[in-house]
Amino acid sequence: MAENNRAVLKLKEKFAASIIDVVEFRGEVTVTVAKDVIIEVLSFLKQSLQFNLLTDLTAVDYLGKKEERFMMVYLLYSIPNKDRLRIKTPVTEVECKIPTATQVWKTANWLEREVFDLFGITFDGHPDLRRILMTDDWVGHPLRKDYPLQGPDREPYKGRLS
Amino acid sequence: MATTETMTLNMGPQHPSTHGVLRLVLELDGEVVVKVTPHIGYLHRGIEKLSEHRTYHQILPLTDRLDYLAPMSNNLGYILAVEKLMAVEVPERAETIRIIMAELTRLESHLVWIACHALDIGAMTVFIYAFRERETVMEIYELISGARMTSNFFRVGGLSQDVPDEFVKKVSDFIDVMPGYLDQYEGLLTTNPIWLKRTVGNGVISAEDAIDIGLTGPALRGSGVDWDLRRDNPYSGYDKYQFKVPVGENCDTFDRYKVRLVEMREACKIVRQGLDKLKPGPVLADCPQVCYPPKESVYNSIEGLIHHFKIASEGFAAPEGEVYQGIEAPKGELGFYIVSDGGNKPERLRIRPPSFVNLQAIEQMSVGAMIADLVAVIGTLDIVLGEIDR
Repeated sequence: MAENNRAVLKLKEKFAASIIDVVEFRGEVTVTVAKDVIIEVLSFLKQSLQFNLLTDLTAVDYLGKKEERFMMVYLLYSIPNKDRLRIKTPVTEVECKIPTATQVWKTANWLEREVFDLFGITFDGHPDLRRILMTDDWVGHPLRKDYPLQGPDREPYKGRLS
Repeated sequence: MATTETMTLNMGPQHPSTHGVLRLVLELDGEVVVKVTPHIGYLHRGIEKLSEHRTYHQILPLTDRLDYLAPMSNNLGYILAVEKLMAVEVPERAETIRIIMAELTRLESHLVWIACHALDIGAMTVFIYAFRERETVMEIYELISGARMTSNFFRVGGLSQDVPDEFVKKVSDFIDVMPGYLDQYEGLLTTNPIWLKRTVGNGVISAEDAIDIGLTGPALRGSGVDWDLRRDNPYSGYDKYQFKVPVGENCDTFDRYKVRLVEMREACKIVRQGLDKLKPGPVLADCPQVCYPPKESVYNSIEGLIHHFKIASEGFAAPEGEVYQGIEAPKGELGFYIVSDGGNKPERLRIRPPSFVNLQAIEQMSVGAMIADLVAVIGTLDIVLGEIDR
């Protein structure tokens, strides 16, 4: 159960006030924390609980579905303990930025660039924040829900019913 | 007074040794690399965005086009993630065939790797040999799925169809001869002085740095980290198979080469174990809410036809929640992260491509080396632009 997860126990001890939610679904534990402690939480997990590999870092756009539009997702893995943990933190559209995790893991560099490119979330303190997949002069952020699937300035495709 | 200044050189996107459309902007001091700036995105097709507008079954063909040198591994990662989300149990025969195909895919991917890597460094014969063996794997692909590369053979809940009778013999014949071919490659390379000069001490990255930059798969094991998802977080029944996980010591290109060669031999052993385990039985789960009905029922009964129509047009609604499934793809950890809002399409599908993260290490591994050694580093990272750009 999520309550007995080694990381959840420690996090509850140390960051009790900042934990928004703990969920377990299909055996995977997700902890949602407040944005202002995110780097402290990640550093703590890396230093004290051996989550040494940042498997993935991405974002989800909940336009119109949640109060805070974006959710940053950090997927951690511990090579010594062979377990995973997912850390999430909400980011609002108005204050669309979050501190960078590059000083915790170098992996975060390109992954954050990708989130910046496709979602338009800015990372404070990132060493090289440029677009990575789209061209430098691209307007808009393709993975946002309000970005049209067929691209800008084009008639929506009407060939399919769904 | 004489001064020196660095030169900027553009390498790619049309360059044979960048393995696709990778563009590197190099800063050179004579022939020594001072700075490498990779530019990617030339093959960006927006697969993650497209997936948000397709049902779970319709996404599957898109995954073939990620790492197009290992299509079945991509299929496997994706369907395992969906099966985890839907909590579907897969029949044993389907699982066994999946593992056989996943390991043949590993062989196929590594064969292309050794071929291109050797060609880049100047050993042309290996290229011709390895592509000859890869052709057999492609024939097996064609035999079971009808396509040589974009196989689209697995389904959520099992397989699209059972394998034909010739399958077992064809695979068995192939893995009987494959170790001999691997000996041939090793004979051409392992003690070859030119190969050793080009690979030993090239692209060194310590275990600690490799983990920090996020390397996975053979590239990480070459740096001495004993970690393989197939063994440590088994999926799709890998826990029933015995295999060794090779680990390097010197963190260089030569060790990564040896690791991949042992992996190919182990893959042959896993395929053999899979063939021994193969028993007759169903290849699709009995789960009509999720799976397509069998073709006999579609063609011969109105219920089957309606069922097929419903699954093909509407798909199935997934429970609200999020799952991540990582698999040990030939190039590293391939992960699919699905966020479902309860509808028949994912709210978000994130693909964690191994090559994207591994490519990040290129600067660390090649600065200070000669430009020709940079080519060896690209080869040893074993990248595929299809999954980097998605």
